[in-house]
Amino acid sequence: MTAYTGAKIFVKCLEAENVDLVFGYPGGAVIDIYHELDQSDIRHILVRHEQAAVHAADGYARASGKVGVALVTSGPGATNTVTGIASAYMDSIPVVVFTGQVPTPLIGNDAFQEVDIVGITRPCTKHSFMVKDTKDLVKCISRAFHLARTGRPGPVLVDLPKDIMQTAADFSYPEKVFIESYQPNYAPHQGQLRKAFDMIVKANRPLIYGGGGIISARAADELTTFARRLSIPVTLTLMGLGGFPADDPLWLGMLGMHGTYRANMAVGNCDLLIAIGARFDDRVTGKIDEFAPNAKIIHIDIDPSSIQKNIQVDVPVVGDCKAALAKLNCFADGLNGRNWAEIRSEWLGIIQEWKSTRPLAYCQTLDGAIKPQCVVEAIHRLTNGEAIIATEVGQNQMWAAQYYHFNSPNSFLSSGGLGCMGYGLPASIGGQLARPDRVVVNIAGDGSIQMNIQELATAVHYNLPVKIAILNNGYLGMVRQWQELFKNRRYASTNITAPDFVRVAEAYGAVGLRATRPNEVEPVIRRALEIDKPVVMDFVVEREENVYPMVPVGQPITKMLLV
Amino acid sequence: MDTREAPEKRHTLSILVDNEPGVLARVAGLFSGRNFNIGSLSVAETTDPLVSRITIVVPGSEIILEQIMKQLRKLINVHKVIDLTDQPRVERELALIKVKGKNGDRAEILRIVDIFRCQVVDVSPHDYTVEVTGDQDKIEAILELFARFGIIEIAKSGVTALPRSKKGEKK
Ligand SMILES: Cc1ncc(C[n+]2csc(CCOP(=O)(O)OP(=O)(O)O)c2C)c(N)n1
Ligand SMILES: [Mg+2]
Repeated sequence: MTAYTGAKIFVKCLEAENVDLVFGYPGGAVIDIYHELDQSDIRHILVRHEQAAVHAADGYARASGKVGVALVTSGPGATNTVTGIASAYMDSIPVVVFTGQVPTPLIGNDAFQEVDIVGITRPCTKHSFMVKDTKDLVKCISRAFHLARTGRPGPVLVDLPKDIMQTAADFSYPEKVFIESYQPNYAPHQGQLRKAFDMIVKANRPLIYGGGGIISARAADELTTFARRLSIPVTLTLMGLGGFPADDPLWLGMLGMHGTYRANMAVGNCDLLIAIGARFDDRVTGKIDEFAPNAKIIHIDIDPSSIQKNIQVDVPVVGDCKAALAKLNCFADGLNGRNWAEIRSEWLGIIQEWKSTRPLAYCQTLDGAIKPQCVVEAIHRLTNGEAIIATEVGQNQMWAAQYYHFNSPNSFLSSGGLGCMGYGLPASIGGQLARPDRVVVNIAGDGSIQMNIQELATAVHYNLPVKIAILNNGYLGMVRQWQELFKNRRYASTNITAPDFVRVAEAYGAVGLRATRPNEVEPVIRRALEIDKPVVMDFVVEREENVYPMVPVGQPITKMLLV
Repeated sequence: MDTREAPEKRHTLSILVDNEPGVLARVAGLFSGRNFNIGSLSVAETTDPLVSRITIVVPGSEIILEQIMKQLRKLINVHKVIDLTDQPRVERELALIKVKGKNGDRAEILRIVDIFRCQVVDVSPHDYTVEVTGDQDKIEAILELFARFGIIEIAKSGVTALPRSKKGEKK
């Protein structure tokens, strides 16, 4: 066998994993890797900050369903990735992060640009490796990809000391990875599923509550078939959006703190809750003792530790959501033709009543300020609901979730679990690279966009036509909303200033547009969509608009503040 | 339902892990990061040099224990997690106790050592170092008895345990 340097083996491993893109930033510890990478067919996207490299890899992974890859140098390069890794971890997104490290003889000596990145990221990675011998490189990298994408996906970090990348070893890539102590259980227990199915058939007021697991298991079709087959209404978490078509009459909208009235009321009144690929996060459940108080609960999830963690359920099913739903569909095939729409008509009627009495609402006047919700609705309309939407964090994120009605999976890129401002722009870059064929819009806040605004340079450099819609309220709006409601309107440190975003865009070589009045919203979006370049749209919106419904922290989700 | 309210019980977990650097940190970090308590922890290589056994004593309700075990199993370096609490097991801890040995007390100390079948492993004109092996009750009992002589220092290994073999089981 021919021997190769570690750096060359690294590149060959990525090729073996069919990696076409790496997001990264070079430095001394990874100079050998960059030297080899530059001579390969793998495309490297040079970001402007390592945090953005991981967010971009994460956005790429969400939009493509593939593993995202980031490569950074040791020390500050590595520490800059931590927020990105933590966000991917909370949302179970498959990314592999390669960090440079000082040469093995120097490890532990406080060498220049040395940090214990494996130690720092241990609690926010699915797993991590430090490669201590060039002979172990293939094993570590192949395992990293395997771990990132299988079971409950998540970020894996591989730390690469510089001398390991310079030493030679043989290369042969394993066909299959086998890790004895890691065998995720894909096949759901048939008996449990049968039990679940029988409960579903008998239930009077069933409700499906799906989460990000629907997206990562690629189970949207199976879910849609199942819900329609038995006429079961569906609500999804922030992470699950797109897992069920929003134009379906069974769609209730998102649930939780900023869920729709009908979705939250349905949770409060259902007699059977079918949780699929979701984890009963506190932003979803509100006061946990009063969550779905009248319901038996079925919980299907690939991760056993998600089950019985926050809430005790009646029928736990450990397994892949797609496999479980496919089996439930088989069971449904075996039922003799009952008219489910009719059987459910009473329950669906109650839900319809909630929907028509308490729809999502806001008030836009022709001569008043632009309402941010109206901007999101216009983006939805003008992109035919087919765009990939990234978001920042805060009100912008919630309005995007509420008013961009997603019809297909892998279309919503948002930092859910970590709620990480600065995520949206780099994620939209990753999303655009994953799907050059689709329109990608980052719905942003004026505060968040300033956290990674330097990535405009990346978008311009690679001519990625991402559209950035800033809902510019001049506030850290979501925090201001809490201050308005719970802190007597003392707006402590939330009145944030911003640069002239149009001029910032132009300075970066992007296009900047602004709308200040309601009738300018559509023309600005239309213009932006026509331009084959990155465009920043600065929507100067109503400053003190709030996101409703809202469930105050600690309240049951049926106790909502409404418009 | 609040999972943190159910009655607490002392559990002994036996965990087989990869014998690699950083694995103990992963296990310990999981406990601290998720706010689980550790009563005691002991770790050493098994007959297979690639595998170590960690024995952890944890106080907690059944619900918390279930969560701890699931989280442990999720660690890639963890091969097996067994809760020994409700099964027949041998559980031992070793303690080294340095107890003051004033002239009038020395005979009494040696008598206690004898009754408890422990050993004196070091001796000086002023003190004895006694090695005790047993379950936690035994060690607590002897510490109580020694207290009046004055305990200078103590080192405990933490509990280690194995399930008992079924009697009459064919090999
Ligand atoms: C990195 C980070 N820091 C702080 C927060 C807390 N936080 C949550 S929402 C928010 C306000 C975001 O402001 P902006 O981006 O303008 O969005 P808006 O709510 O106004 O739409 C803040 C500060 C956070 N989520 N992430
Ligand atoms: Mg704002």
